[in-house]
Amino acid sequence: MRRISRRPRNVKINRSVAGNVVLFLFLALVGAFTALPLVYQILTAFKPLDELFLYPPRFYIVNPTLKNFTDLSSVLGDSYVPFARYAFNSVVTTVIASVGHLAVSAMAAYPLAKHHTVKYRGAIFSVIIYSLMFSTYVLGIPRFLVMSKMGMLDTYWALILPAMAGTLGLYLLKCFMDQMPDSMLEAARIDGAGEFRILWSIVMPSIKPAWLTLVMLLVKDLWNDTNSPTLYIFNDSIKTMSVLMNYITTSGSVRAGVGAAFSLIMLAPPVIIFVLSQSKVIETMKSAGIKE
Amino acid sequence: MSAKAKKQRIGLIADIRNNKISYLLMTPYLLLFIIFIIIPVVISVIMSFTYYNIIQPPRFIGWENYRKLFFDDDVFMISVKNTLVFSVITGPLSYVACFLFAWLLNDLNPKVRSVMTLLLYVPSLSSNVLYIWKYIFSGDSYGLINGWLLKLGLIDTPLLFLKDPTMMLGVIIFVQLWMSLGTSFLTFIAGLQSIDRSHYESGAIDGIRNRWQELWYITLPEMKPQLMFGAILQITSTFAVSDISANLAGNPSPLYAAHTVSLHMMDYGTTRYEMGYALAIAVVLFLFTLVVTKIIMRLLQEKD
Repeated sequence: MRRISRRPRNVKINRSVAGNVVLFLFLALVGAFTALPLVYQILTAFKPLDELFLYPPRFYIVNPTLKNFTDLSSVLGDSYVPFARYAFNSVVTTVIASVGHLAVSAMAAYPLAKHHTVKYRGAIFSVIIYSLMFSTYVLGIPRFLVMSKMGMLDTYWALILPAMAGTLGLYLLKCFMDQMPDSMLEAARIDGAGEFRILWSIVMPSIKPAWLTLVMLLVKDLWNDTNSPTLYIFNDSIKTMSVLMNYITTSGSVRAGVGAAFSLIMLAPPVIIFVLSQSKVIETMKSAGIKE
Repeated sequence: MSAKAKKQRIGLIADIRNNKISYLLMTPYLLLFIIFIIIPVVISVIMSFTYYNIIQPPRFIGWENYRKLFFDDDVFMISVKNTLVFSVITGPLSYVACFLFAWLLNDLNPKVRSVMTLLLYVPSLSSNVLYIWKYIFSGDSYGLINGWLLKLGLIDTPLLFLKDPTMMLGVIIFVQLWMSLGTSFLTFIAGLQSIDRSHYESGAIDGIRNRWQELWYITLPEMKPQLMFGAILQITSTFAVSDISANLAGNPSPLYAAHTVSLHMMDYGTTRYEMGYALAIAVVLFLFTLVVTKIIMRLLQEKD
């Protein structure tokens, strides 16, 4: 591996100051434009009822209030299935499915990217990529049939296992593994490391930006998924928070304030995971140097 | 040549025997993949040759769904046309935007970059962002744009952005572009982070003078796998577009002006309970996406 020079980390080469200033202003402008819904969503959650129904809608708040949140807690307190149960279901399915998908897809992506002796790896990978193009919308019913045959309906497995079979994660990880130099792995093999060990202690640390990004994408999708819980789960005690949010937001204007408060709470975990994973993605730069 | 011929003669069983550990590693994923993707896809393809209304068992009708789709369904043709217009415009633009913004962000210092990434990613992160656009483009005088235009005296009557067939597709394309910075964007950011900085330093020694040369000679070649990933994802998601149109213009939209192939499929699958027909649309959409992807991949590879 080539050694990185002793240049200060944050100083970039080949950059003009004027270019940097223009660039920053441009990004700030676009960022302000794309971030509007987030700001609006945060503000809405703290709006009193009369401001929520103001027409035309007003962006800012005059009298911020926490009433929406106290209302929310009383609505949730009345619920037949305790709120903690929904929260538990959401957390358990999101965490297990994300970690599970990361584990199985990393294990599969590694030989597909780096075991050049496997003759069918091109064919297997092609089938996986092509499946990405088949509409997931129509797979609902066939999956329902498969799961009912396997007795999986109305269990946590119905939420976890199909999510683990996703193709996106595998493809993403394989992309980054493709870029790793073979010599790094060869050196480890000569030292007597097994394939599991190489994957765990050499490959995975090298592609940290990739799997951090993947975890964030998985958490976001699973946390907000209302599709699987409504299709495959009938028992209310296994339903998730996203379904609960649907109940609340579709129950009419009486609950508008409560809905806004709940939306904000629902948005928090993906945003937190996003910020954590992005800051780690960037941190890995400090220990850069996976390539020769 | 002879090596290639030899390669093809090796059967799957022999390959597994030769690479036990490789296949062992792949087994858990492949099992899940077969159960939850391959089998459902096969069932879908078979059922696309049936009449299936979800309540009664499917009844085999041969090529009837496909015949009807290509020869009797004018609305399908409208949806194909709209999807193509939509894809040709948003596909390349979104793709370039994802890369451009990821690349620009890469120059910022880490703290600013994290915040900026979050701000740019908000449209994909927040689940119900579309209602804000509904308000902006609302067709009465309370809509944001109409309100301004009326106030400025540029128009006398509010414009029906989401109901007028001539404007609908344009509005939807605009909102789609606003939402483009999604998965590919984050993948590109991660990809840029994985490029070894020493490449840039040796590039500077070799005479690279500005950020554009650096982009062309170092960054793009290094990012090839991620760029391919982004391209495939972009093609697949643009052809499958449905959410924005359904939320802003409704499904079906007035005069089908914003009707896409995916919406056509959902219309039959969910509203009309003609699942067999919806599946036939899904199969056609799949084949079409596959062919276009192959053509574009070929073009990209030739360029190298």
